[in-house]
Amino acid sequence: MRDPLGRPPALLMVPAAGAVLLLVVPLVAMVAATDLPGLPAQLRSEPLREALWLSVLTSTVAVLFCLVLGLPLAWVLARLEFRGRTLLRALVTVPLVLPPVVAGVALRTAFGRTGVIGEPLLELTGFAFPFTTWGVVLAHVFVSLPFVVISIEGAFRSADPDYDAAAATLGASRWTSFRRVTVPLALPGIAAGMILGWARSLGEFGATITFNGNYPGVTQTMPNLIYVTRQSDQDAALALSLVMLVVSVAVLLALRDRWLGTPGART
Amino acid sequence: MTLRQALSTACALTLLTSLVGCGGDDAEGEEGSLTVLAAASLTDVYEALGQTFEDEQGVEVDFSFGSSTDLAEQAADGAPGDVLSTADETSMQIAEDAGVTGEVVTFATNVLVIVTPPDNPAGIETLDDLADTTWVRCADEVPCGRVALGVLEANAITSEPVSLEEDVRATLDKVISGEAEAGLVYASDAAAAGDDVTRIDIPGAEEQLTSYFAAPLEGTEDAGLTQAWLDLLTSEAGQHVLTDAGFGLP
Amino acid sequence: MTGGLEVDLAVSGRVTAAFTAEPGSVLAIIGPNGAGKSSLVRALAGLVPAEGHARLDHVDLLQQSARDREVGLVFQGQLLFPHLSALDNVAFGPRARGIPRAEAERSAQEWLGRLGIGELAGRRPRQLSGGQAQRVAIARALATEPRLLLLDEPFTGLDVKVAMALRIELGRHLAAYDGITLLITHHAIDALTIADHVLVLDGGEVAQIGTPHEVSQRPRTDHVARLVGLNVVRDEHTLTAFPPEVVAVSLTEPTGSPRLRWRGPVADVSPHGDAVRVMVQASPDLIADVTPAAAAELGLIPGREVWLSVKETAVRRYATDPDPPGTVAS
Repeated sequence: MRDPLGRPPALLMVPAAGAVLLLVVPLVAMVAATDLPGLPAQLRSEPLREALWLSVLTSTVAVLFCLVLGLPLAWVLARLEFRGRTLLRALVTVPLVLPPVVAGVALRTAFGRTGVIGEPLLELTGFAFPFTTWGVVLAHVFVSLPFVVISIEGAFRSADPDYDAAAATLGASRWTSFRRVTVPLALPGIAAGMILGWARSLGEFGATITFNGNYPGVTQTMPNLIYVTRQSDQDAALALSLVMLVVSVAVLLALRDRWLGTPGART
Repeated sequence: MTLRQALSTACALTLLTSLVGCGGDDAEGEEGSLTVLAAASLTDVYEALGQTFEDEQGVEVDFSFGSSTDLAEQAADGAPGDVLSTADETSMQIAEDAGVTGEVVTFATNVLVIVTPPDNPAGIETLDDLADTTWVRCADEVPCGRVALGVLEANAITSEPVSLEEDVRATLDKVISGEAEAGLVYASDAAAAGDDVTRIDIPGAEEQLTSYFAAPLEGTEDAGLTQAWLDLLTSEAGQHVLTDAGFGLP
Repeated sequence: MTGGLEVDLAVSGRVTAAFTAEPGSVLAIIGPNGAGKSSLVRALAGLVPAEGHARLDHVDLLQQSARDREVGLVFQGQLLFPHLSALDNVAFGPRARGIPRAEAERSAQEWLGRLGIGELAGRRPRQLSGGQAQRVAIARALATEPRLLLLDEPFTGLDVKVAMALRIELGRHLAAYDGITLLITHHAIDALTIADHVLVLDGGEVAQIGTPHEVSQRPRTDHVARLVGLNVVRDEHTLTAFPPEVVAVSLTEPTGSPRLRWRGPVADVSPHGDAVRVMVQASPDLIADVTPAAAAELGLIPGREVWLSVKETAVRRYATDPDPPGTVAS
């Protein structure tokens, strides 16, 4: 079927094809290198199940925290005018540019057992974040929150602020307006942000291993497991990588269709 | 082709060629340099030895430190390098099987010790004291983890660590930062950490020694220079440096 | 004035206005773009800050937050919530004010019925035509039973026939509505047919207030003159108004009163009903209606120099500043 606007320019199609190849070829190569017949045996291994479950669990819990914390922050950044707003937004995006290991060190300095907040916390409650599953959630929230906040802020900004004005003239309080107008209109952006945050969480490695260490069933997420397995059994590591790839792609595909339509497009 | 298209193509080509040009320079080396691939636990002692080597031979020594397995694989794949030095036999075997190594030499040993933060907050004196503390060791999959497992089994220790670190430096790091109250690392790591840790010897750990291996790589540009490095390792001066750093003799 | 509206406010840099309106009346607000019409209305709704006061039944609106005012606003472009059905849109206001859902929905259905679109209750805004969406917007504003209803250009962007129908219906509803209505419009016909009074804004100030008849017969601004299709010539303290039909067009200098002749190049020629309307840049711009035959005979094309003249008996003269703006004759 001919595109009425004319043939797509080669100047765009060639780099686009290059981009696709760059992204797809390593993944295809990885699949090709995997010992597929040995895969079922690998799948039954206990460390794999534990790590996979831990990864999915911590990522999901983390992204829910990101929503609870990020949605209000995104609203503040999008709707309120105050001095220092630009600075605040810049600070919020810092974890995005921070190398994960640096993020881990930062978390440790604050929440570690000898940390600024962590030490008093340990003394008072006997609980410390490092080496615990909650510590994994904390690290994931730290690295994923910027994604969620920025996506949602973008969604809030792109909605016509006059909708809020209309709601006000109809007698709605700011909270009612937020609940019934702002958030529903921003849902696709919120969903996209959460998916991004979840994906980032799933792949998180540097901050987690620095801050939380690595222990099966407690803090050993999939990336951790793959990393240590690679030291001794390349084939096993490859199989684990493949599993992680499949799970990630499956979830992203499943979610994309349902949640990333345009507002009002789903009837 | 319009002028504009011609210009942008020219720009693109210029960028590409300059990038390609960049890659070449470093590998070509000036008159003689030595590239050594070595296990992470050899970091400090190799850098000291490297200094000696540079002074004596008048050539630059470039190090690539990492996990023994990673490095052996890279060498097996044909990565550039003159010497491969691993912390366990299995890794060296990978390189040997790929046929990229010459004669293998054992030049040092290492023994497992306990380290704690300087003030030893948990008051650890023996392996048994590890129970109910926040202690860490290397993961089973890495050499130092296998050694640790052996030592723990030999002493019938059942207490579990809170974390299995991916290499010995990460284990050490947890102790130095105070996050862990104790860790199982090599004597050389304890020596490298100096006053940042308190070292506690483990009776009987000499039964589970780690050996260090070095071999010349087939892809070496200067066999004489490579051999000079290996000779340094086994020479009296070299062995002196090694023992100062906490290593044992082969 | 019990129950009426008494306004004297200023929106910084945009508009200053003082006027009153009786309960149940419809006040049309007309003026060129940028005159401050939207600013005035948004100030009354509470969406932009304003100084002064706006007393509705003795309660000063400007002291209340937007949501507390009993004011309904129909936005230009409707601004119906895209993710809610027509029914939910109309029920939004009552529900926001605490009325239980079932009751609010029942009342919403009634309002939609009154505006003739009861069967569209379940539709989303994007499934509605322009005229239907406008009706929903009006229903939504009225559902909260406001005492002041503000309509910002409700017929703009609608098909001519649809606009006519809506105009008639709205006129009926407003006649029955006992609150005060302010209607911003571009169309003279709204001012002339639906409104009880007309307020003319120009350059951020009130230029004229009066009944539709007064304003259309004695316009004080060029904008209104254009709107009602009159020529208005300003001369110190006097305004002279005359319709295009009484203007004579000639190629040679006319005889008669020297005061009532102008010359200049033809700027535009277009059909106007059975006649041809000629716009001449005679400082000021003037419009003349001639028969098609006359237009052809005179060779009226853009650029042609012509003379315009009018008889003394055909014009209306009036002073520029009689009563100060702000009082509306009941």
